[in-house]
Amino acid sequence: MANETEEQDLKERKEPDPSRRNFLKNSGYAVGGLIVGGVVGSLLRSPNKSTTNNTNNNGTTENKTPANETVNFNQALMYFTQEQFLITEAATERLFPADDNGPGAKELGVAYFIDHQLAGEWGVNGREYMQGPFYKGETTQGYQGRLKRREIFDIGLQEMQNYSNKKFQKKFKDLTPEQQDEVLKDFETDEVKLTTISASGFFKTLFGSTMEGAYADPLYGGNGNMGGWKLKNFPGNQMSYTKIIEQDKFEKMAPVSLREHLPHS
Amino acid sequence: MATKLPKTDVVIVGVGWGGGIIASELTKNGLSVVGLERGKERKTEDYYMVHDELRYALRYEMFQDLSKETITFRGNEKIRALPMRSYGSFLLGDGLGGSGVHWNGQTFRFLPYDFEIKSKTIERYGKSKIPDGMTIQDWGITYDKLEPYFNKFEKLTGISGDVNPLGGKRSEKYPTPPMKDTPGMKMFSDSCKGLNYHPYHMPSANLSEQYTNPDGIARAACQYCGYCERFGCEYGAKADPVVTVIPVAKNTGKFELRTHSNVRRVLHKGGKATGVLYIDTTTGEEYEQPADIVVMTSYVFNNARLLLLSGIGKPYDPKTGTGVIGKNYAYQVLKGAGVGFFEDKEFNIFAGAGSLGMCIDDFNGDNFDHKDLKFIHGANISYSQTGARPIQNNTVPPGTAKWGKDYKAASVKYANRHINVGAQGSCMPFRHHFLDLDPTYKDEFGDPLMRITFDFEDQDRELVKFMGGKCGDILKQMGADKVVANTELAPYEITTYQSTHNTGGVIMGDSPDTSAVNNYLQMWDTDNLFVIGASAFPHNSGYNPTGTVGALAYRAAEGILKYHQKPGSLV
Repeated sequence: MANETEEQDLKERKEPDPSRRNFLKNSGYAVGGLIVGGVVGSLLRSPNKSTTNNTNNNGTTENKTPANETVNFNQALMYFTQEQFLITEAATERLFPADDNGPGAKELGVAYFIDHQLAGEWGVNGREYMQGPFYKGETTQGYQGRLKRREIFDIGLQEMQNYSNKKFQKKFKDLTPEQQDEVLKDFETDEVKLTTISASGFFKTLFGSTMEGAYADPLYGGNGNMGGWKLKNFPGNQMSYTKIIEQDKFEKMAPVSLREHLPHS
Repeated sequence: MATKLPKTDVVIVGVGWGGGIIASELTKNGLSVVGLERGKERKTEDYYMVHDELRYALRYEMFQDLSKETITFRGNEKIRALPMRSYGSFLLGDGLGGSGVHWNGQTFRFLPYDFEIKSKTIERYGKSKIPDGMTIQDWGITYDKLEPYFNKFEKLTGISGDVNPLGGKRSEKYPTPPMKDTPGMKMFSDSCKGLNYHPYHMPSANLSEQYTNPDGIARAACQYCGYCERFGCEYGAKADPVVTVIPVAKNTGKFELRTHSNVRRVLHKGGKATGVLYIDTTTGEEYEQPADIVVMTSYVFNNARLLLLSGIGKPYDPKTGTGVIGKNYAYQVLKGAGVGFFEDKEFNIFAGAGSLGMCIDDFNGDNFDHKDLKFIHGANISYSQTGARPIQNNTVPPGTAKWGKDYKAASVKYANRHINVGAQGSCMPFRHHFLDLDPTYKDEFGDPLMRITFDFEDQDRELVKFMGGKCGDILKQMGADKVVANTELAPYEITTYQSTHNTGGVIMGDSPDTSAVNNYLQMWDTDNLFVIGASAFPHNSGYNPTGTVGALAYRAAEGILKYHQKPGSLV
């Protein structure tokens, strides 16, 4: 039995499909679409075009990714709950929306970026002085709270949800863009009165990490397809600009990411 | 109990520019030197993945881990000082090469006026020009006396530049020609000439061409990749201690470098330093390193803090103005600046180098008449093209929404359509600006943190008002469609990055009553202890400090060699 289980494990590891996404989707169909309509369903917002359902010779259904298409395995959650992720995704898209210039936060993967950052050192203020005693300081003295970024996001996102429910009787992600902006504005200006954290402080962190997610090297999960860099005609990781440094004409270059710096077989 | 190690000639606390220069000069002359560095080893190969704005610029890859040690800050003595919990105003170096690795490389010489600031100010304007509480003093050395040491540091690093038309006299030209000219630099230069100012190339430690220094160290030319400040150089083109002085010291066979070695005390007995006590941070074990001469080169804060923790020198008392350790803490006054927006012109400002730029000294030092001005000294005004990296490059015209659709559109539009001109304002010391030990907050070993008491003064506000106007004038002349000049200075706050040019605390001078070290940076009351760095500056000039730190380090190295021959006071 033990061997069988191991074999099963091995098989699953070798074949990452069916993905969680399709498992959920199929399960949803199986119970009559109930799940699809709920929180899980909304995670399926853009059906993965690269995934097709095939019936194999055994008559069972498999989900397959065509060999010529890549799946971004990075797009899964390390820290956030689904609810937190959806609020973050909706909020960051309002802070940095898709427009005629190009992609917004959602398409760039900013919410994944923030999730991944919170999962690591930044989320636990690992390299910051977090020893007490804690006193309320002057604004010139900077953040003096005892809460770490993860805790601030936990509280901040929950409070955004609560405030949306109270003001509009809907979850944040289900509000109209204008209503979402109103909620964000009320956090930005401390119109929302919170006791545990500063609403405006949370807003600032959310905004700062949105910009990071839009423009950091794609290795961190944001700036999808270097779309953030393309917006600004930023060429990314180039080794030398000696040829253009003196020239008058603006130089448009295809951006290059740090991935190009390592050999990949 | 600490393990006692065999005695060495010299022990160095902190191996950055100061420590590296001392190590190389002393070992070349046959002394045995132990270098204690609390951080890790660094090498050029480390920077293979250095073009990473998030990791290096915003997650502070190269800087001191604040969870272990930070500073506390208060605007004045009535406020409770609180810890700097995360980075903001300045970034503390860590690891081999220290801040010398992640600097921009802007390498100026302070002006002749700086070294005799008090005498010269009184001479020209009278005593009443110096406001109550401003504690400027002469440095105990003149520019002319320091000139050969400036020259040495510039040859070591291969500084690229042309002669500052308003600077002190030079014995030689810069070792390498100026960096390349960008369109923005040409516009700045033309604008300044039109205003009858005297533009020159910012002296640069990012090499304009391949260079071999007097130690035989060859370095490649800068590639203008746009990642200097907060980053290490993957080409070794930017002068840093790891690619210049440290290998020279190592090659002598006389230099023993110990990384992960955090010095907690300078040991002393009967007015002499006997060595240092340090912790190997990889094992937690304590060691005593005895030495004939102790050299402290661990940045402003740690230099002052270690002296206070060790009970060396008389602590400064702001009430009486007596005592010296912690005195005359100063900074840099940077808010006098302007930005010009261009509707129809895009600049390749993603490209650049840490010290690629043009500047003027027409309003620096005492190069202009202060008779009708309510401040002394001034600022170097510059346009520098250091590489506009996308997370932090979001300059938008005032009145733009702070987030959302309009913000995004404006920040994208102007990403490459703006030029910044800024004034690097000098910062005068005041009686109530000082460093001492914090009564509450401790480092990882339980030792008190350094406490900063500092705020901006009327002097600084007047300077910013004046300089902001000048920056605006230059930008208008450059043809910007919209010019926004900042002329306001809010109280000093520790959350926004301004400058890692902290100065003072262990200042030099000509008397033990008013200074901690003499003009060889030798402690007045502990003559085998030398304290090197911008900690020796009695005030901060309108320039980056490293050129002057380097010159003082060479002077100190000479002093240490003299002392080794013949112990006693060097002055």
